Amino acid sequence: MRTILYLIRKEFIQIFRDKFLGRAIFAIPLIQMLILVPAVTFEIKEVNLCVVDKDMTTESRELISKLAGSTFFKIRHATFSEREANDFLHRGQCDLILQIPQGFGKDIGKGTPTKLMASANAINAMNAQLSWAYLNGVIRDYNMNILAQEIGNAPEKAIPQIEVTNRYWYNEMLNYNFYMQPGILGVLVLAIGFILAGLNLVKEKEIGTIEQMNVTPVKKYQFILSKIVPFLIIGLIDLALGIAIGRLVFNIPFVGSIWLLFLCSTIFLIAVLGLALLISTFSATQQQFMFTGFFFMIIFILMSGIFTPYESMPGWAQKIDLLNPVVYIMRINRMIMLKGSTLYDIRTEFMALVLFAIGTTTLAVNRYRKTA
Amino acid sequence: MNEKVISVHNLVKKFGNFIANDHLSFEVYQGEIFGFLGANGAGKTTAIRILSGLSRPTSGKVMVAGFDALKQPEQIKKNIGYMCQRFSLYEDLTVKENIMLYGGIYGMKKQLIRERTKSLLVRLRFEEFGDRLIASLPLGLKQKLAFSVAVLHEPKIVFLDEPTGGVDPITRRQFWEMIYETAARGITVFVTTHYMDEAEYCDRVSIMDEGKIEALDTPAELKKKYQAGSIEEVFIRIARHGKK
Amino acid sequence: MKRLLVFVKKEFIHIFRDFRTMVILFLIPGALILLFGFVVSNDLKNARISFLDLSKDEMTLKLTDKICSSGFFVRGENLHSYGDIERALRGNNNKAVIIFEKDFSRKLISEGKATVNIITDGSEPNMATMATNYVSAIVSDFNSELVGGGAAAMLLVHPEVRMFYNPTLKGQHMFVPGVITLIMILICALMTSITITREKEFGTMEALLVSPLKPIQIILGKIVPYFILSFIDVIIILVLSWFVFDLPVKGSIFLLLAEAMLYILMSLSLGILISTVSKTMQQAIFISLVGMMLPTILLSGFIYPIENMPKIYDWVSAVMPPRYFVIIIKNVMIKGTGFSYIWKETLILCLFTVVAIGLSMRKFNIRLQ
Repeated sequence: MRTILYLIRKEFIQIFRDKFLGRAIFAIPLIQMLILVPAVTFEIKEVNLCVVDKDMTTESRELISKLAGSTFFKIRHATFSEREANDFLHRGQCDLILQIPQGFGKDIGKGTPTKLMASANAINAMNAQLSWAYLNGVIRDYNMNILAQEIGNAPEKAIPQIEVTNRYWYNEMLNYNFYMQPGILGVLVLAIGFILAGLNLVKEKEIGTIEQMNVTPVKKYQFILSKIVPFLIIGLIDLALGIAIGRLVFNIPFVGSIWLLFLCSTIFLIAVLGLALLISTFSATQQQFMFTGFFFMIIFILMSGIFTPYESMPGWAQKIDLLNPVVYIMRINRMIMLKGSTLYDIRTEFMALVLFAIGTTTLAVNRYRKTA
Repeated sequence: MNEKVISVHNLVKKFGNFIANDHLSFEVYQGEIFGFLGANGAGKTTAIRILSGLSRPTSGKVMVAGFDALKQPEQIKKNIGYMCQRFSLYEDLTVKENIMLYGGIYGMKKQLIRERTKSLLVRLRFEEFGDRLIASLPLGLKQKLAFSVAVLHEPKIVFLDEPTGGVDPITRRQFWEMIYETAARGITVFVTTHYMDEAEYCDRVSIMDEGKIEALDTPAELKKKYQAGSIEEVFIRIARHGKK
Repeated sequence: MKRLLVFVKKEFIHIFRDFRTMVILFLIPGALILLFGFVVSNDLKNARISFLDLSKDEMTLKLTDKICSSGFFVRGENLHSYGDIERALRGNNNKAVIIFEKDFSRKLISEGKATVNIITDGSEPNMATMATNYVSAIVSDFNSELVGGGAAAMLLVHPEVRMFYNPTLKGQHMFVPGVITLIMILICALMTSITITREKEFGTMEALLVSPLKPIQIILGKIVPYFILSFIDVIIILVLSWFVFDLPVKGSIFLLLAEAMLYILMSLSLGILISTVSKTMQQAIFISLVGMMLPTILLSGFIYPIENMPKIYDWVSAVMPPRYFVIIIKNVMIKGTGFSYIWKETLILCLFTVVAIGLSMRKFNIRLQ
């Protein structure tokens, strides 16, 4: 036992003696959180609209002003030329083109149905669909107005409307920060711990100081533990810092039990550090470790459900994700922080992480050989 | 008669088809300074790694400090010290931090470590520099320190793999004085080297060539046997003979 | 010149000797693009919804069916009371709960209005927004069908839409270019930043610096082998995109390759710059990977559109090279535009490259002093 303490102490000395590292492990998460969290949102602020009004009647102008008055659209360009409008779209100077054909006003006056043509930049499919939905909304209002003028009040009786209301639970204002900040924090804690622990072990292999360790009575599990514990502690400190910033700067609520969160994070970190060490045992140089590790890390991160939803992945990918510890900790994180979930609620995720942690550390200890 | 601390019988170590150690047999007695000579690639490092529990023998019986190298390498490690030339101490730790670490690993109590640290630094005339980083020290001092740390816990045997590479003759001389002092305390010293003149300092010397032990005796006897003026000549004779 | 070639040859040998790393370097980009092309997506699928149907009449049942057979959602449970909602959303199972009010059909017919309530799990804002929007759209569709032919004719204005560049609205079109941008800059910067700091750590840097090689030659010598490797990677990626994702290059393939070469060069130079300020490999890795990964994912416009961000991020992302390449690659690959549309971004990338190499050379020269 005392041996482990001596080893852990050595690790801490080495970490903080490196001026850059000692500061980076706390500064990088802090800075990145502060800068990146506010950036992320899927809400479209406004759709840049280009209107091609070939009609130029009261009716068409009424429609256009309705669009201009809506908060979703901003009319950036108005032109007569379809070609010019397409060019704007091509150059990214507008997201949506609305063409009002000649004769629009006349048709409205006569009561004849008429068509409008919209063209959307669908590279960002979701944005395109949302813009289209908004456009439909405005046009529906326009239609109802016309109807009201014809029929008199209460056009609804003739055309019944199903009204949709919605509420967002746990996050009433749908503040993306609530979601992004834990995500960013989690990714950084993962990356820092993983890289530090893995590189550390491989470096000792590369330089040869590991031989000096192998020839001492230090047991395998003691050595591996000494490579995990310091980075676990650093990771948890980063977590604490992150949560503090979340509350103070972003006003993120913390509904559940903070001890539960720390417990889960500890298990998660052990799992991930264990994996890093396991990969180290397969690597001869820091370079090898880095590229292998990068492969795993980037897969874990991009498939974690943080940036794009877990449910959007194809079935086979979801199966692979069963092996992704980041998925579990992210869910746990969200559930504890925002929903106040208890251990019972997160039991599957918790068990998965425990299995991981045991699995990777055991494998790492087994793979590591003191005698070749 | 001193007890046998190392007993090797028909040690074979193969890497694939390459035979690095070819049926080595020898014994080392307590308190001896035993020199393991040979050219680079002769198999010295392979053998010393097996003796210190870093590597398993392919076949043969190897006993070190009373433990079997094949089955009980971890027991061996409790009773030995080890120093290899290039990487013994952590460069980014201070002198004192390194000593504290290894002392603690070998189960020494804090008080004892402190005492030995002090006497070690005094002996090396390095008292004020206990807080210097290893990286900032000259090579000769690093090596002497590494040796001191290797015997800090008073092991039965200390293995030194090419410990004096790259330093000036004076430093080498001082290093060997430290080895004498250590052997005088009863610690057996097993040292490999390719500096033939260092052979003269040993009690007994073995000369390896291409995986086999070609000669094993006191330096005086070897010189007589091969009618050579120096161990270097002995070695050349043996090597040339092998080439034929 | 000859000296440079010898140096380059040595670097190549280094790389090829480390067989494992080489295999990884060849395989990673392709494998990752393949993976993420399928995995990174915003398409709504399999979102589980539970229903609190207080009417249970023909209309609500039909609407429920419509929602569940849309392909976006999966039917959850039928809840019985408001109290059940908390339980349904607390776990991780349901993304939303839909509530149909009492006497739904009657209200709709006699009063002309009935309400559908969507309660979503706001802890995942993405999913919540999508679920809300899609359900609204389905309800709106249902509404229109309900109203039928006669009344529909009373609605005069009928909009139609053409979705440009991505008629099938596949999410991949948005993400594959982004994934390429992300992976290439991270890997390239990692490659070169490690290779130089490695020499620093192992002491072979000294030998390089006292050799007759000029700093620019050392830098180029380090870049060239990785450049060739990365370029082969880009080709593999493009071929994969074409065959596996049905994503051909709409514009000029030469233009795309030229721009890719520029981007790779820029990324490699960035790595060199990072290595000049790093003392150890660990430091270099920290800066190039930990320092750049999240900002690239989040601020380059590859998942989260820059237009949606607060104004200030326009400035922040302006110093991020990936942002420009995302624009370039989307333009050439997907829109099929020519150089005239992307000359600004190209120029900026050139600028980044020149600055990176220039600063690196200065650092080298300082060391020589």
